[in-house]
Amino acid sequence: MDKLGVITAFIHSIVAINIPLLYGTVGEIVVEKSGSLNLGVEGTMAVGAIFGYICGCLANSLGVGILAAFLTGALCGLLFALLTVTLQANQNITGLTLTTFGLGIYFFVGNSLKGPDWPTLNNAVNVKNGFADLSIPLLSKIPVIGKGLFSHNILVYLGIIIAVALWWYLKHTTLGLKLRSVGENPAAADSVGINVKLMKYVHICLGSGIMGLGGYYMALLMSGSFNSACWINGYGWIAVALVIFANWNPSLAIAGTFVFGFFNTLRVSGSSLAKAFPALLGWLDKIPVQLYQALPFIITAIVLVVTSIRNKRGSSGLPAALGTNYYREDR
Amino acid sequence: MAGYAIEMHGITKTFGSVVANKGVDLNVKSGEILALLGENGSGKTTLMNMLSGIYKPDSGSIYINGEAVSIDSPEDAKRLGIGMVHQHFKLVDVFSAADNIWMGKEKSGLVLKKKRYDEIKDITKRFGFDLDPTKKVYNMSVSEKQTLEIVKVLYYGAKIIILDEPTAVLTVQEIEKLFNVLRAMKAEGHAIIIITHKLNEVMEISDRVAIMRKGEYITTVNTSETSEQALTEWMVGHKVNLNIDRPVVEKTRPLLEVRNLTINNDEGATAIDNVSFYIRGGEILGVAGIAGCGQKELCEAIAGLRPIVSGQMIHKGDNIVGLPPKTILEKGISMSFIPEDRLGMGLAPSMSITDNMLLKNYRMGKSPLIDRKRGRKDALQVIEDLSVVTPSTETPVRRLSGGNVQKVLLGREIKAGPNVIITAYPVRGLDINSSYTIYNILNKQKLDGVGVLFVGEDLDVMMALCDKILVLCHGKVMGVVHAHKTTKEELGLMMTGSLDLSEKYADKPAGLAKDTFFEDENKKEG
Repeated sequence: MDKLGVITAFIHSIVAINIPLLYGTVGEIVVEKSGSLNLGVEGTMAVGAIFGYICGCLANSLGVGILAAFLTGALCGLLFALLTVTLQANQNITGLTLTTFGLGIYFFVGNSLKGPDWPTLNNAVNVKNGFADLSIPLLSKIPVIGKGLFSHNILVYLGIIIAVALWWYLKHTTLGLKLRSVGENPAAADSVGINVKLMKYVHICLGSGIMGLGGYYMALLMSGSFNSACWINGYGWIAVALVIFANWNPSLAIAGTFVFGFFNTLRVSGSSLAKAFPALLGWLDKIPVQLYQALPFIITAIVLVVTSIRNKRGSSGLPAALGTNYYREDR
Repeated sequence: MAGYAIEMHGITKTFGSVVANKGVDLNVKSGEILALLGENGSGKTTLMNMLSGIYKPDSGSIYINGEAVSIDSPEDAKRLGIGMVHQHFKLVDVFSAADNIWMGKEKSGLVLKKKRYDEIKDITKRFGFDLDPTKKVYNMSVSEKQTLEIVKVLYYGAKIIILDEPTAVLTVQEIEKLFNVLRAMKAEGHAIIIITHKLNEVMEISDRVAIMRKGEYITTVNTSETSEQALTEWMVGHKVNLNIDRPVVEKTRPLLEVRNLTINNDEGATAIDNVSFYIRGGEILGVAGIAGCGQKELCEAIAGLRPIVSGQMIHKGDNIVGLPPKTILEKGISMSFIPEDRLGMGLAPSMSITDNMLLKNYRMGKSPLIDRKRGRKDALQVIEDLSVVTPSTETPVRRLSGGNVQKVLLGREIKAGPNVIITAYPVRGLDINSSYTIYNILNKQKLDGVGVLFVGEDLDVMMALCDKILVLCHGKVMGVVHAHKTTKEELGLMMTGSLDLSEKYADKPAGLAKDTFFEDENKKEG
């Protein structure tokens, strides 16, 4: 491979292997903006992944997979909303339980189907082809970065579109204003006649559905090979942290995903970069592999520290009522 | 019956085993201001929350303009033309004024447009208010927030307006402005219900007064045919002496002296700016000022909880700057601050009265295990001395009513036998009876030769209770006046910064004692 090709491949990987984080982060932002802290991202993504993958392969349709991932993710959201909004359960505990529950379902379904009957991508040609890269005309012709940034599968584009659309929704629509008011001060929202419960239900389900899509992406990225490690592999947890890095802004989540993705991708592509540029980047190969494996989590910790220093009054997107349940008759 | 905007009949509401309202009747006409009067915990707010859709009555009926209605949610209340300005404002801090109104608007379109600011501005002007629609709520003063709340309910078309203790946090001038607004709304035919503890305001603003006691409706009287004394007796159920004593006590040399004190607030801005004052034993020094003028920072600095920027503080001649809170406490300086939510400082809400007593004196025990017996004894004594109403010493503090919580806090501070008491807003939100209990406690301490710094809100009370009043405006001293010589108007002007008396007497600067301990220090050094 030529040297520029290595860089192009590196850029391509940054986007391609980290987009699930964007789905997870954006989904969680929508949920958190309604004032609910859902720590079940990992589990929700796992559920979306397994059902999206199996349904998509059996129907031999990427669209069915996307739909199934979204709906099963949203179903996890519905469960979370039922427990925390209607039954007033503690959000932290419900979220953590949802993670355990979601991973349990993932392995239960996966292990039940494992073996010769396991649906493979090779038998689901439409899914496999649907996940292939699509080049954007002209832009993808730009040397080096063109192929890296503008030649991706359809789910990458969908993720970016969802992020930008939700940014616009939150900031520039009346419904977005109402949603933010619920997350900031549900009592105030209630007092002016906003249906707090409905807003929470709808947005928890919507956000969880988006997380489900991220899970489906992971499944396809892993080519659907089911083994003892979950496809999601901690991405859900990193998404929870990226929400803070993105300051609850879906379009900043795109930047957050790629900043984080840069380091995450070094783990995979570090040695090829080192081989291509021995003088400049040769040291990348000398870093022990364990450090690379720890890198995502170290970066997450640094990101959290930096963002907590940055906070100034009025500039933080943190919803004031995040994590608290609203009960109108509370005294 | 003709002309009643609201009629409530036999309203009953219970929370678990607690009966908050029992068969309450209430009616208000259009174009009338009704004052709703009652002690803390008498169920006024609960009753009003049933009109605004927060609570649903267990039984009873509500008629709006003669029609029976069921109010199941705030949305219903809004549709029926009922608007409530809650005691704790229901505003989104990070939103602009316009957005706080806009978020509840129906048929407001899909996209948020800049035009909304103009529309809200026009409406605000039409109602006769002055409010910047782009200003964020967190940058607003209490009075601005209240204006926003009123504009909000008017914008939604409310014909029946309920105000829950609207004057509790306003200055004299702001209250006058609010009352003018209320009179204007009354002239336009709105029905207004106002909850307040201040009897002089009831007499000034209302047409009729409805009185509640312990969740029950007592009576409704025409304001012009009653008196403060009569209202109090209805409210409390027995005769009460409405005069606050100001016993004259032999004063000692200054106990606590503060010189040129400057303190920053949490954001790093100057909260207290070059402030000097002193407190003698047997003296109550009032601190008046609009909320957030550095009172909290001052109290915290004296108690050693907040670092100071510059200045000196001496207690009986000893420097206390830089000492840890524990040492300051041991010197006999006690601080009790009642924040707006009443529970935020000083007491642990979920812990029992006994445990809260132990928080202060657990160190006195000799064994490593806590001495619960002594804590319980202290708790019992405070309950008895200050007539705290509680099921037992083991009741979590948050279950008590506001007045009783404050009695527990003050009782614990006094139990330690301090010689300087710093107390901020000790009667915040308390009814007459509980307030007088607190004043009596403070007066008793004063008679025992304790110096009291009383940070307060109600100027009438401060003028009756305190010996001298220090007025703060944006962290600066506007002067120290003798409470019996000053007027409410003078204090109000000083609080807003329009009148500065700090340099009235060139030969006798405000806040410096003649027999100060600072001189001794200087002599020693010189």
